[in-house]
Amino acid sequence: MTDTTSTNRWRTIDIVVASVIAVAFGVIFWAWGLVWSATDAAFAFFPPAQTLIYGVWLVPAVLGGLVIRKPGAALYCETVAAILSALLGSQWASIVILQGLMQGIGAELAFAAFRYRSFRLPTALLAGALTGLSAAIFDFVYWNVETDLTSYRIPYALLTVVSATVVAGVGGWALTRALANTGVLDRFPAGRERAAI
Amino acid sequence: MAAVELRGFGWRHAGRKRWAVRRLDLRVESGERVLLLGPSGAGKSTLLAALAGLLPEDSGQQEGTVEIDGLDPRKGRERVGIVFQDPESHLVMARSGDDVAFGLENRGVPSAEIWPRVDEALRRVGFPYDRDRPTAALSGGEQQRLALAGVLALRPHLLLLDEPTANLDPAGAALVRSAVAGALDADTTLILVEHRVADALPLVERVVVLEPGGGVRADGTPDEVFRVHGDALAAEGVWVPGRTVPPRRATTAPGDPLVTADRLGLPPRLAATDLTVRAGEALAVLGPNGAGKSTLALLLGGLLRPGGGTVTASPALAGRDARTPPHRWRAPALAGRIGSVFQDPEHQFVTSTVFDELALGPRRTGRPEAEIRSTVDGLLDRLRLGALARANPYTLSGGEKRRLSVATALATAPRLLVCDEPTFGQDRRTWRELVDLFAELRDAGHGVVTVTHDPDFVAALADRQLTLERP
Amino acid sequence: MIGIEPVAVPGAPLARRNPVAKLAAALVFSFVLVATLDPVAPAIAIVVELALLPLFGVRYRALARRTWPLLVSAVGIVVTLVLFAADRSGRVLVEAGPAVVTSGVLLTALGLVLRMFAVALPGVIVFATTDPTDLADALVQNAKAPARFAIGALAAFRLLPLLGQEWQMISMARRARGVEAGRNPLAKLRLFVSTAFTLLVGAIRRGTRLAVAMDARGFDAGTPRTVARRQRFTTADALLVAGAAALAGAALTASILLGTFRPLIG
Ligand SMILES: Nc1ncnc2c1ncn2[C@@H]1O[C@H](COP(=O)(O)OP(=O)(O)OP(=O)(O)O)[C@@H](O)[C@H]1O
Ligand SMILES: Nc1ncnc2c1ncn2[C@@H]1O[C@H](COP(=O)(O)OP(=O)(O)OP(=O)(O)O)[C@@H](O)[C@H]1O
Ligand SMILES: [Mg+2]
Ligand SMILES: [Mg+2]
Repeated sequence: MTDTTSTNRWRTIDIVVASVIAVAFGVIFWAWGLVWSATDAAFAFFPPAQTLIYGVWLVPAVLGGLVIRKPGAALYCETVAAILSALLGSQWASIVILQGLMQGIGAELAFAAFRYRSFRLPTALLAGALTGLSAAIFDFVYWNVETDLTSYRIPYALLTVVSATVVAGVGGWALTRALANTGVLDRFPAGRERAAI
Repeated sequence: MAAVELRGFGWRHAGRKRWAVRRLDLRVESGERVLLLGPSGAGKSTLLAALAGLLPEDSGQQEGTVEIDGLDPRKGRERVGIVFQDPESHLVMARSGDDVAFGLENRGVPSAEIWPRVDEALRRVGFPYDRDRPTAALSGGEQQRLALAGVLALRPHLLLLDEPTANLDPAGAALVRSAVAGALDADTTLILVEHRVADALPLVERVVVLEPGGGVRADGTPDEVFRVHGDALAAEGVWVPGRTVPPRRATTAPGDPLVTADRLGLPPRLAATDLTVRAGEALAVLGPNGAGKSTLALLLGGLLRPGGGTVTASPALAGRDARTPPHRWRAPALAGRIGSVFQDPEHQFVTSTVFDELALGPRRTGRPEAEIRSTVDGLLDRLRLGALARANPYTLSGGEKRRLSVATALATAPRLLVCDEPTFGQDRRTWRELVDLFAELRDAGHGVVTVTHDPDFVAALADRQLTLERP
Repeated sequence: MIGIEPVAVPGAPLARRNPVAKLAAALVFSFVLVATLDPVAPAIAIVVELALLPLFGVRYRALARRTWPLLVSAVGIVVTLVLFAADRSGRVLVEAGPAVVTSGVLLTALGLVLRMFAVALPGVIVFATTDPTDLADALVQNAKAPARFAIGALAAFRLLPLLGQEWQMISMARRARGVEAGRNPLAKLRLFVSTAFTLLVGAIRRGTRLAVAMDARGFDAGTPRTVARRQRFTTADALLVAGAAALAGAALTASILLGTFRPLIG
């Protein structure tokens, strides 16, 4: 672990695949939005519950970090995915870019806390929780400023963190394993672990 | 100026037991033009990737050495230009002109020189559109030309071409060959992989045949190699020039129509077309790149909704669904009646092993498990994919992928088979095997539609031809 | 399907400006407005944005087509506030269970909805008038963005319209082999998830090949890159950014002078 400069340098494949993950999630979000619009009515009775699906928007941060394993990967994936969803015409337009940046920083801090050496489930959980936390903070001060503190802002924030930990954290981890099993990650450390088993 | 030297070279892809190439000793002098032959799966594409420095250390295991002018190819990439077997993965930019310019920018060519070189490269390959044409809107053959232009613009010392004309119409293929011939300076080294030897011979002065197990099977001038080894090579699957294949004409007259297209079209991809396919008949669909052949195939296959006109299936094909057009049929019914082979085999893969891929169709159409096993084993055996049954379809060689995609459509024994370029990139042995398979199906009363650029295939199998024009 | 192509009339005076300048102007304009919660400043900003639209060569209808998703979240904002607003001052208009609609709530909702539109429109306008390739070029040449990342992202971005086609291809391939969901919603969801996973796998596979193709053509070889298309950042571009800052500042000032200004934090 002495030669950190070269292992931290992004190869072309790292850059392209990180971007591709972001782009693919842009499309998946877009299609997800179509599927989900049908269930919008179901959440009207208690809108904070909608944050339970919030985690889906945070998956690229965790997935990017787990697959690429380079400093900045989580931040990069989430931000590019956000830029993309702004491009495709998301409900939240260019604000999501700032939001994506914030959310990416959350996950990035988790990977940095493990010094980019551990990419197991606990790291993924922490990354999910922190990206959820940063998302919650953003919404707390930006989107939800005018809502009631106890009946809305606080439950919303807590649910966001729970959702992020479960959907983005566990989900991102499981997705990485599923991808590794298809062999597409063979040129990444995440894929080589499979070969070793 | 680029000499290639391989000493005891071998490469094994990660996750494979067999070596893709092995025990290879070969020297190619600067300025030599070499045709690299070998049956499908012999390791030709792998070897080219090694020469281009594109086999990363972490993606397999290497043995021996490979050098270009004494350098590791991973370090001397600017000398080498490569066109891959699959043109789609080649294109980087959204606009055609930008894509050609991409390599020039990377090499630090002065800005003022870039566009003249781009235009010149596009002209040489006969690219029919202007620089701003979106790369996403190109047909397979058009993409191939663009990929070649992107490499020619770099004026490489060592040019590596992996079946550069596989997707081209005959006129385009001739154009590309003359573009290659014109692009070679006296000291440009060329290594060309091409199954259709006769077409490639004017470009080369030396033939190297790879032995599937490892090493070189034959090496020398074309005359020598084919005079001495001709029979043996032909038997092993090499297209030896001058050796024709016996045609498989229909033995009986065609029966009733299976499907009829009336003014069928999908603007702007396909102009209105009439056609009928009968039972026990093989119809070949020909036409230049971009004429809409693949679009027609998808429409006949019930996979695209027509933009105009109708597709009508006869009761013989459709049973009680004869009143609805194929694109409205339920999927299991469709899979049992019409089999489709896509132009790009990778578009067709749904599962993660070769075996599952073949078993999927029969399973969905509700065949018993024992019958599925014997069908799949039979196909694996016949198309020589048995050793790869557990491999991931995406890791196969170009020819192996093509065979697998044809086999998946055959697995449900559909009454009508619609194949888009089923024989491209095939060695002679597999080619004959495919012709026999199609001929047997036809003689058993199935309808066979093949979109193809392959005149030999048309000559050997087709009972009737339909030629599309560009819309 | 997914519209990402620029829709501007070519040659419109502001659409032709440097992409980095347009982006910077949009960001400056948006983020000044984020600071306030009152309805006046965003309302002024929206008027300004709509007035400038013809200079960007964007038709009002095209803008409407791209911004309709905003209406969805406007409805969401109103519903949330009706149920959960912190400030329920003012005259009570409707009262039904937890839903208490007061004039104060409506004013707050109006402020938030207007702010959302005011902040979002500049971004929509920029993306509607900018070609991604030009944006990447300008980011590298004028904003000193790292070329490897800008071009890598651009190359991946090119896959976006292809992913739409890919989705169609995957669906066709499955249909050809007899796989479909029928009417069962659970089966539909399963098919959706598995199609999405296949799409992701395919996209990553393409990405790895694309990276190889890029390396094969000398990307990341360490040679200093040249550029085929020069992007210039001129005085006019600087003026665009300055103008955006001035207009947004004017909107804020107006709201302060009118006494309606309410800072986001504080
Ligand atoms: N990425 C990969 N991972 C694992 N195995 C591979 C990979 N690419 C190729 N192979 C295997 O290596 C062997 C040689 O493949 P290669 O593509 O070099 O063959 P080829 O001679 O070019 O054949 P064709 O004429 O069919 O294109 C094949 O058995 C193939 O299945
Ligand atoms: N999904 C698509 N969207 C828009 N245009 C398309 C699409 N697919 C193909 N085209 C265009 O439609 C025309 C016909 O395409 P098609 O793939 O059917 O041609 P083809 O005859 O099969 O060509 P080739 O011999 O090169 O495979 C081409 O000009 C192509 O650029
Ligand atoms: Mg090959
Ligand atoms: Mg075609």
